[in-house]
Amino acid sequence: MNKPESSPLLDALNLEVHYGGIAAVKGVSFSVMQGEMVCLLGANGAGKTSTLKALARMINSTGEIRYAGEKINELPSHVLINKGLALVPEGRGIFARLTIAENLTMGAYHRQDKAEIAADVERIFTMLPRLKERENQVAGTLSGGEQQMLAIGRALMGRPKLLLLDEPSMGLAPIMVAKVFEVIQSVAAQGVTIFLVEQNALLALKVCSRGYVMESGKITISDTAPNLLADARVRAAYLGE
Amino acid sequence: MKIPTNFLHNKGNIAPMIALAIALIALPFALALVGTAWVRITNFAVLFVLLSLGLNIVVGFAGLLDLGYIAFFAVGAYTYGLLASPHLGVHLPFWIILPIGALVACIAGAVLGAPTLKLRGDYLAIVTLGFGEIVRIFMNNMAAPINITNGPKGIAQIDSFQIGPIDFGKVDTLGGLIVSGPIKYYYFLMLALMVVVIINGRLKDSRIGRAWVAIREDEVAAKATGINTRNIKLLAFAMGASFGGLSGGMFAAIQGFVSPESFILNESIMVLAMVVMGGMGNIWGVIAGAVLLSFVPEILRYTVEPVQMAIFGKMWIDPEVLRMLIFGLALVLTMRFRPAGIWPESRHRREMTAAAK
Repeated sequence: MNKPESSPLLDALNLEVHYGGIAAVKGVSFSVMQGEMVCLLGANGAGKTSTLKALARMINSTGEIRYAGEKINELPSHVLINKGLALVPEGRGIFARLTIAENLTMGAYHRQDKAEIAADVERIFTMLPRLKERENQVAGTLSGGEQQMLAIGRALMGRPKLLLLDEPSMGLAPIMVAKVFEVIQSVAAQGVTIFLVEQNALLALKVCSRGYVMESGKITISDTAPNLLADARVRAAYLGE
Repeated sequence: MKIPTNFLHNKGNIAPMIALAIALIALPFALALVGTAWVRITNFAVLFVLLSLGLNIVVGFAGLLDLGYIAFFAVGAYTYGLLASPHLGVHLPFWIILPIGALVACIAGAVLGAPTLKLRGDYLAIVTLGFGEIVRIFMNNMAAPINITNGPKGIAQIDSFQIGPIDFGKVDTLGGLIVSGPIKYYYFLMLALMVVVIINGRLKDSRIGRAWVAIREDEVAAKATGINTRNIKLLAFAMGASFGGLSGGMFAAIQGFVSPESFILNESIMVLAMVVMGGMGNIWGVIAGAVLLSFVPEILRYTVEPVQMAIFGKMWIDPEVLRMLIFGLALVLTMRFRPAGIWPESRHRREMTAAAK
């Protein structure tokens, strides 16, 4: 695992998200260091996805979001990928009727360097050989786990510095979850900073160095992964003990 | 069906192209032998092809369900009617008004698009349906206090096209050949069709085209890949609307008359049916759908009565009722057995065959 540097790549300060009159995220603050792998844990409806969507500017939020030292609260979502911030949305969000190769090239939509794009596609195929075999198949025919890998691969096509992952284990068979997490770890090993939202706390804490626990819109616990794994409250609430 | 689908890039086999071109050039004269009415029917079919290609950008490429598309046709038609008729006493030449009509429709498209950016599917359909009705009702009521549209009476005596000495409203003879007004319009429409097809083909393969497909497939993912979904969706509405406006202008000139009655909801649904039945997203499929759905009801109009008389010796069912009954049944059967359309886009076909396995 890469050694975290001292500067935070992502910094959220008093982040709040409202849907109409309902507050989904009630003033959370957290940070992710360069090269770090951090997770945000919590039950259904805790506000994890809302937090992630706010970070990717898919929804509006108040408070402050700083990415690479720049305040990004007011920026439209589509410019973030140019800055190296990529989101793998919840439920995978692949382009079901496009082929796998087309999905990957779509991930490089904002780039103009054709030769480099082709090289990146090959690089991702080497990393995800299962996708290479199905290169010209329609993405909708892939299994859930393969779709998740494709979604991650597509995000990597944008050459991100920070990857936001929303529940990559959702709806997958345990064996597939393990494979997806292997992929995530290898992405992290390449130096990509990762902020991971997960319900599967055990798995997330095993691969991450730090974690935040979110409950009804607030961050209630923040600690290193080993400490969280040992924490009685975490064990009771998320590890089924 | 192995007709070259890559028409625009096909350089090798040119013989079928030439044959098709000759057939299309000769067509109006052949039809004129049967009756000028058939030339008119063909012209309307081409107009519907143009409309369908416009709607295909919105529905087929970008996946935005628009049930009020005929409104842009109306906007183009009324723009032409107002700027080339005794109603306001303005008589501008067509080559000025057609672009103006397309531009006005384009703006109308953006105006409709802007508030609906966050809507999808059924919700978008309802809003666009409302928009289509609002435009029609506007045309119906803008006769007082200031008479702009002349209300339900419509605008009459609209100028026909005029290119130099050639008046599209009059019959000419060219070396013994009788060239009627509808025949002249036919050639103009074919020219317009060629331009629109080329623009459509280019758009589809462009960066914008890929962005539309991405939005159609998954909007959140499209955003995440760096597509400015707001602008790209607005562009789809605006471009689709411009084609609608352009067709509307030609419609007004051909008819010489426009009234709100021509722009009812039924027409929007008809154009949508052409796009869906032909094969959403595929330019050639959409053309096929529009041609079929324009001609089949007309052919039935002329055949239902004699066939009934021949079989039963008398009229059992009112021909108008039977005509729509057969037409509706044909639609149902087509969608049952070719759910992706007669000639679907390869992507849709891939999905449909994958689903069948």
